[in-house]
Amino acid sequence: MPAYKAPLRDMRFVLYELHQGDTLAQLPGFEEMTPDLIDPVLEEAAKVCEEVLAPLNRTGDEEGCSFENGVVRTPKGFKEAYDLFREGGWTGIACDPDFGGQGLPKSVNTLVEEMICASNLSFGMYPGLSHGAYLAIHAHGSDELKGRYLPKLVDGTWSGTMCLTEPQCGTDLGLVRTKAIPQGDGSCKLTGTKIFISAGEHDMTENIIHLVLARLPDAPKGIKGISLFVVPKFLPKGDGTPGPGNGVSCGSIEHKMGIKGSATCVINFDDSTGWLVGEPNKGMRAMFTMMNTERLAVGIQGLGLAEASYQGAVAYARERLQGRSLSGTKHPDKPADPIIVHPDVRRMLLTMRSTIEGSRALGAWVAMALDRQHHGADPQERQDAEDLVALLTPVVKALFTDLGFEAANHGMQVFGGHGYIREHGMEQLVRDARIAQVYEGTNGVQALDLIGRKLPAHAGRYLRAFFHPVSALIEAKVEDEQLGPFVQPLAKAFVRLQQATGQIARVGMAKPEEAAAAATEYLRLLGLVALAYMWVRMVEVSLPKIGSEADSDGFYRAKVATARFFMDRVLPQSGALFSAIMAGGASMMTFDEAAF
Amino acid sequence: MKVLVAVKRVVDYNVKIRVKADGSGIDTGNVKFSMNPFDEIAVEEAVRLKEAGKASEIVAVSMGPAIAHETIRTALAMGADRGILVTSDEELQPLAVAKLLKAIVEREAPKLVILGKQAIDDDANQTGQMLAALLGWPQGTFASKVVLHSDTAEVTREVDGGLEMVALTLPAVVTTDLRLNEPRYASLPNIMKAKKKPIDTLTPAELGVDVTPRLVTLKVEEPPKRKSGIKVGSVAELVDRLKNEAKVI
Repeated sequence: MPAYKAPLRDMRFVLYELHQGDTLAQLPGFEEMTPDLIDPVLEEAAKVCEEVLAPLNRTGDEEGCSFENGVVRTPKGFKEAYDLFREGGWTGIACDPDFGGQGLPKSVNTLVEEMICASNLSFGMYPGLSHGAYLAIHAHGSDELKGRYLPKLVDGTWSGTMCLTEPQCGTDLGLVRTKAIPQGDGSCKLTGTKIFISAGEHDMTENIIHLVLARLPDAPKGIKGISLFVVPKFLPKGDGTPGPGNGVSCGSIEHKMGIKGSATCVINFDDSTGWLVGEPNKGMRAMFTMMNTERLAVGIQGLGLAEASYQGAVAYARERLQGRSLSGTKHPDKPADPIIVHPDVRRMLLTMRSTIEGSRALGAWVAMALDRQHHGADPQERQDAEDLVALLTPVVKALFTDLGFEAANHGMQVFGGHGYIREHGMEQLVRDARIAQVYEGTNGVQALDLIGRKLPAHAGRYLRAFFHPVSALIEAKVEDEQLGPFVQPLAKAFVRLQQATGQIARVGMAKPEEAAAAATEYLRLLGLVALAYMWVRMVEVSLPKIGSEADSDGFYRAKVATARFFMDRVLPQSGALFSAIMAGGASMMTFDEAAF
Repeated sequence: MKVLVAVKRVVDYNVKIRVKADGSGIDTGNVKFSMNPFDEIAVEEAVRLKEAGKASEIVAVSMGPAIAHETIRTALAMGADRGILVTSDEELQPLAVAKLLKAIVEREAPKLVILGKQAIDDDANQTGQMLAALLGWPQGTFASKVVLHSDTAEVTREVDGGLEMVALTLPAVVTTDLRLNEPRYASLPNIMKAKKKPIDTLTPAELGVDVTPRLVTLKVEEPPKRKSGIKVGSVAELVDRLKNEAKVI
């Protein structure tokens, strides 16, 4: 497998040419964010990812994390890489300048996150979790908590975690048992056990700040009685350095299928001092502000791994000589043709490429909307952006991680038997990609969020933020001589999506279970239409540049050719999804449970 | 002590060079450019001198098309304080660059000029030496170690037979070799700050230098492709072919 190279050309295309990223500087607070600043940021991030993080990916997988006497050790080289990453200021890239962050737009940070995930997802988990903790404290913490913890989380001296899951409670957080007893001085004592805590314990930072869901005495039962607390591993002293231990210990680490360099811990809290973040019993709300951003970030993990796998697969398909082209020998000087001549290999490569480039465009679109949501000057602009983000957050999370796993699997298949052995690194990408479909809310839960919360919200207003631009583009360009052939398949799939939406809205009111039965297929259908919309827009940008000086490397020609494959060979899945949705859930739900 | 560093924008070392079909040069359309790696080492050395309290100001100089300001920004992000760009759409050959640098040195009066020993595009390895000659300054080329005192510098040079130590009286010119240091990654805050650091733009005319090329490129072609090997039947045949066909033994 060749060394990862960040796809900077495509990233610039997506940011500037497709989404007018050069206008980011017009948003209040982003005045400095012009291409002459963003470009060097992307280039330096690419260097750090390619030269520092990527070389530790396979060794980190082979070695994994170790656990002995409560101490967790990360794989060789992780600590040094983390120090370099932290000293380079990358932990604070998208953080508030008031707390030492660099305040870069989310749309830029999303591209950097993709590079980190593609290079070394296990490593990326540590700063990723810290950022989650940062977001929760930043949005809901008191000024005192912010002052005490944010600067250290931003500069990476301390790391953070999100402690939600307990042995008896995963998706259903209403079952949380960890107790928090108020001490009368504003603090609480927390006791309980949390599991599956990524970055819960490790040897890279001097302190670890846990964000913990727990119950106050007399809290209402279930989800309405959950509060959020900040619990440091070591209690900070007056001067801000780590002080005495706080009764937080690591019980063990999990032995996992993938992301082996990321320590997944059992964390025990034993009369540990914590402070409430936000209001009592409103912990879920506080957690969700952070979780939405984190869900986008997990979607980007799928995208990054897909890109890494694609790069490996293309290089191998060009050099591996097996068989002859069915349309006649292409390389008579060689003992066989490279496997890139074979239709099935091309099917896999182009499936990967068309979903990767479509996802990169879609992810950046949502990230740009997040920037407009937080920085837009006009209230209506902010609201529209927020609606789009709300709708597409579960789509990005589930679609990108499903497609990412599928792509990693295709990439491994291109390698044949050599993909299945560890040496080439292709099977690691499959294993690493698999978790992203599970954590941060399983993809099934994302689909339920889409149909149960996002579709009905404000009488379908979120959906309009997406449907309006799609139907406007179809209307304007369906007759266009050059663009029409790309718009027509989008229009066809969009009609299916509208019908499926109507069906779900109708049955969802009376029979929620019937809507839930179609949720996964519906999310995928909406996701495919979103990708198709991105592809039409990318073709619209690319067509005028074909044959010009700007296309001397064939970038735009390849863009349009990839769009053609997507429309011909990927988007037709919308027909099958539509049929499945319309068939309803009876065949599942009437199935006798005893017969399973 | 003021230190001047020269930085050149070149085709990135990772790029596979394509020769133009008409043989007039190389294809630079849609090709990634970056700072000449030896110049990165020069910038790094200057920044280390500043961090050690030995240099007070670092001025990064580049020459060429306006886009070369990107290369100066890279130097500023690594820690240089300000930049000077000499814009010219003419091909700048080593002698012209050395004369331009001399003019800038006379304006800026640095005590030390650090350059890469050569640029990876034309591999000329001339500019530093020419600049020292034009200024009448001592030179320490192919440096793998530089120890700076207030009025002198000790430079360890990488020469064919090993290492040579020279003592220079300042002001002086130093050119860097690969082992002098390992350039740092620019930190994110420094990339952000680099945008605000000043870059002055000058022209060869303003500096009073005639940059007309003295050399003409006749033709650029790709190196010959390596031919595939053959299998021989026996040691005797191998020896025979080496002796009579290849004529190497």
